[in-house]
Amino acid sequence: VILAALRDDPAAYLVLAAILFGVGSAGVLVRRNPLVMFMCIELQLNAVNLTFVAFSRELNDVGGQVSVFFVLVVAAAEVVIGLGIIVALLRRRPGATVDDVRMLKG
Amino acid sequence: MVDVLVFGVSAVIVLGGAVGVITMRNPVHAALCLVASFFGVAVLFVDLGAHFLAAVQVIVYTGAIVVLFLFVLMLLGVDKTEDLTVEPLGGQRIAGVLAGVGIAAALIATFVLTTRDHDVLATGTPSLAGELLTDPAEANIEVLGRAIFTDYLFAFEITSVLLVIAVVGAVVLARTPRATAEELAERAETVEVEP
Repeated sequence: VILAALRDDPAAYLVLAAILFGVGSAGVLVRRNPLVMFMCIELQLNAVNLTFVAFSRELNDVGGQVSVFFVLVVAAAEVVIGLGIIVALLRRRPGATVDDVRMLKG
Repeated sequence: MVDVLVFGVSAVIVLGGAVGVITMRNPVHAALCLVASFFGVAVLFVDLGAHFLAAVQVIVYTGAIVVLFLFVLMLLGVDKTEDLTVEPLGGQRIAGVLAGVGIAAALIATFVLTTRDHDVLATGTPSLAGELLTDPAEANIEVLGRAIFTDYLFAFEITSVLLVIAVVGAVVLARTPRATAEELAERAETVEVEP
């Protein structure tokens, strides 16, 4: 079924984006280093962006590309804040994993 | 034929980079795999006709975001390799991979089931307003710019507020707390006692 879908042009992008999203989610669930988990979240955002652009192409609507533009802006803001939190955390406790901060306290 | 080749090669790069991110023990290597994955996505954007977004993808994601990641890694010196052989939580790794596979399978099933019988993908219908491919075909940047600065102007302005909030938040988070007056007095006392 997947191979049949891959022959279809836009569906191939959607399947690729779905697999990319799955890999990203597995990374968030498996890895314990906060930085690597953050990178996996970026992977998931990219998978969603790819889906948006594929639908934009398929439906001939520029709205999908505008959505990707806003996702990019929000991702940039999110990375700034997230890395700020991670820097503050790792400065206080070097080598901390996410398990060490499960109480959300300094 | 060329289309299929381009798609295949960039799909391998995207997925290889993604798997590299979650399997590399050294966070610096993971960040570099992330660059490969983002470049692959940029190629796919070009393939889909989103030229502006492809450029922005390279500039913002690989140029700014990954460099930020690497800066943090270098700044904190946390580029030690992580020991992945120990599994602190029993069954977590298998459960995580299974959940990832499950999410991917659910999404693929949705796409396949919704595209099997129809010409139109999922529940969407081709747009009448805001056409992407006008005739004669305008440049992608022109279409996108017109959409952002007319239909989506309010959202665009709101993102500037979001960016200001992000900057202020980053400054607040990165600031080292200044010592209070009592702490300074205490420190002065200890210095006096020592000699």
